Amino acid sequence: MKREALLKQGAIWAFILVELVFFSVAGEYLSVSDKAFMDFDNMLLLLKQSAPIGIIALGMTIIMINGNIDLSVGATFALSAIVLLDSMTWPFMQALGGWSVPLAWLLALGTGVVLGAINGLIVWKTGVDAFIVTLGSMLGYRGLVFMYNGEQPTSHLNWDLVDFAEAQILGLHTATWFLLGVALFLWLLMTKTVHGRNAYAIGNNREAAVNAGIRVGPHFLINFMLIGFLASLSAVVFYSESGSVNPNDGMLYELWAITAVVLGGTKLTGGYGSIISTLGGVIAIQLLRKGLGHIGADTETVNLVIGLILIAVLFLDRQLNRKGKEELKT
Amino acid sequence: MTDQTPALRLEGIVKTFPGVRALDDVSFAVLPGEVHALMGENGAGKSTLMKVLGGIHQPDTGQIFIAEQPTVMTSPLQAKAQGVVFIHQELSLADELSVAENIFLGELPRKSLGRVDWQALYDTTDAILKTLNVGFDARTRVGDLSIANQQMVEIARALTVDPRAVIFDEPTASLTDAEKVVLFDVIADLKGRGVGIIYISHRMEEIFKITDRISVLRDGQYRGTLETAQTDEDEVTQLMIGRSLDLSRNASHHEMGDVAIEVRDLSCGKLYQDVSFSVRRGEVVGFYGLVGAGRTEIAETIFGLRNPSAGSILLDGQEVRINSPVEAIRHGISLVPEDRKGQGLVLSMNCRDNMTLPQVDDLTAGPFVSDGAEVAIFDQYRDKLDIRTPGWRQLVGNLSGGNQQKIVIGKWLSMHPSVLIVDEPTRGIDVGSKSEIHNLIRGLAAQGYAVIVISSEMPEVLHVSDRIVAMYHGRVMREFTSEEVSEDSLIQAISGIESDQVA
Repeated sequence: MKREALLKQGAIWAFILVELVFFSVAGEYLSVSDKAFMDFDNMLLLLKQSAPIGIIALGMTIIMINGNIDLSVGATFALSAIVLLDSMTWPFMQALGGWSVPLAWLLALGTGVVLGAINGLIVWKTGVDAFIVTLGSMLGYRGLVFMYNGEQPTSHLNWDLVDFAEAQILGLHTATWFLLGVALFLWLLMTKTVHGRNAYAIGNNREAAVNAGIRVGPHFLINFMLIGFLASLSAVVFYSESGSVNPNDGMLYELWAITAVVLGGTKLTGGYGSIISTLGGVIAIQLLRKGLGHIGADTETVNLVIGLILIAVLFLDRQLNRKGKEELKT
Repeated sequence: MTDQTPALRLEGIVKTFPGVRALDDVSFAVLPGEVHALMGENGAGKSTLMKVLGGIHQPDTGQIFIAEQPTVMTSPLQAKAQGVVFIHQELSLADELSVAENIFLGELPRKSLGRVDWQALYDTTDAILKTLNVGFDARTRVGDLSIANQQMVEIARALTVDPRAVIFDEPTASLTDAEKVVLFDVIADLKGRGVGIIYISHRMEEIFKITDRISVLRDGQYRGTLETAQTDEDEVTQLMIGRSLDLSRNASHHEMGDVAIEVRDLSCGKLYQDVSFSVRRGEVVGFYGLVGAGRTEIAETIFGLRNPSAGSILLDGQEVRINSPVEAIRHGISLVPEDRKGQGLVLSMNCRDNMTLPQVDDLTAGPFVSDGAEVAIFDQYRDKLDIRTPGWRQLVGNLSGGNQQKIVIGKWLSMHPSVLIVDEPTRGIDVGSKSEIHNLIRGLAAQGYAVIVISSEMPEVLHVSDRIVAMYHGRVMREFTSEEVSEDSLIQAISGIESDQVA
């Protein structure tokens, strides 16, 4: 049993290794640039580029372990970005001088928490499936994004922020630190705390959890607030640097996040999953994108390949699981 | 009968899985027109044998004969084509489709251009249903049928071919007594048509009522075949577990304490009405009745899963309102639910985490759950309840039913409840573990717990209870002490027959 668990947890990292070897070798023959794929700076950049979707995917993992899903994260991401950039131009904020930056961060993060709380409360109090609730809020929150500034981008560049976002501490970019920090926090949360334990229990067997005296609703609420927070944290980290948000930004992020989570082995049905494996899933996808780009494939091909690989991986997983189950049933 | 050609014969079947010899040289034969019981504890190899018969597993060695013709089974569908049909414990029907569509699923009669020949479909179906003497027709939506009638649909599906052998796997698990009678009639009818029947069940009374011979498996090995008429429960049990099972009456000899829980005139809509009873510390009160008599619903109300429409619950003489399991647990009430896997356990979790689930809030060190505290609790109750598992890391889904049930019981005992409700304590648990669970329940009463046992098995209720509450259609018909109860009076009470002694 333990060996099997190790095999499953290790699978995504083995896949990453295969990717690295493949793109390094294929790059020798196909690459247009003469830089090696496994170049150190290139890898650091890869981690940084994984961060925006990665932070969201980590949050999606706890939501899915809990047996829910959140489709509204992309819209939350965009709305938080607008709050971040626009709030810094408000007169009273500007009057605050240097304090406007942390306050803008807080406003943006608060936006995410509130939007997440709305999702969580609706799921808790109405009992409507999270898929439906967040499908609705995805459309609703995106509507708010467009109401804010129409089709126009919202821009504001603050050079302090840009410096902060582009800094490299101990070699790693700011965004990477956030990604790793969030991963560490959520890993502790899910494996070491009561909330994490109960979230797994609810996701696997809600009825048994209720019978054990676990209040399901508050756990849902906390997780939705967490993912809302993380969607806005992702936006805050990314837009501190770019300084301009289009109303369509963050679209399909929910699906990319789910892709990474599923690739990491978390089940859509809840009760199973691991934060660390999701981190692996995030890196694997980013590697694919970068690697395929490296050997000269265009974006359309990249998406096609990622889609195929996702299906292939899940098919393999299913085959492996079925074999395991059959043996157990003796 | 012995000179007949067997409808189905297995010879020297061996099936091994990595690390397990699931079937070890199993041979037995079913004659046409015979009801042949296949018995054995869980894990004895019955289900593996059935999977070999159905072609889901291929035997390592050995041979299956149908009417003495060697046959290789490759799939349940192919087995059916050979005349070997399965009626599974868990029904696999499409609720939204009609009876006829379910029966001919995958082989609907066709007209040109792939159109379904509805007329032929309904006519053939109705013809089959007529032979079964059921009260519904081909066009009925399956979801509207009772479980018993859905089972009839499964049986009708078996009759679309001319079966040589029909295998019933625990067919009465969710049937009421009246429904069982109908099922047994159908089995008798099949028997009359010369079909060989394999009947798998844990229930001795049924086995002795309807079977001709009994074959027993233990640890994957064939242990022998007995003529039903010339044997008794003791002999069969001994063959199954290597010793006999004690099911004697068992009133407590220890002192009873105060009343721990009292229920007064409790009602819950149409589910049950005016239910009153009380349980003292050190006492086991059994609830006996047919499926649907309202027993589980009462337990769920006490545990806060349902709101009563009238009446009151008193704990230690104090009236309490219990609106959720959280509150019930706080009041010291525990429920071991009927459906262990569906309602009691988180199968993806290990043994320890399942056991500490309700109290993990209290086992923290700083922000984190304390591993040591959890393991200490697990170890304590593993030893106390003799739970056999390689270690706490074992996934609870990999344990046997008996050990799973002990995990659920241990989960509640570790919370030190005052009232323990156990709903169908031994459902789906093999004979050997059954007596362990029974002893455990008796032992808990001796330690001063107030225990409520809900059971559909009369021997069990008689064995563990100090008092028995007999229910019929949502009402308490009568209360018996273990001295005065007789099987007859108990059956009368749960069938709704009023007797003079009714209070």
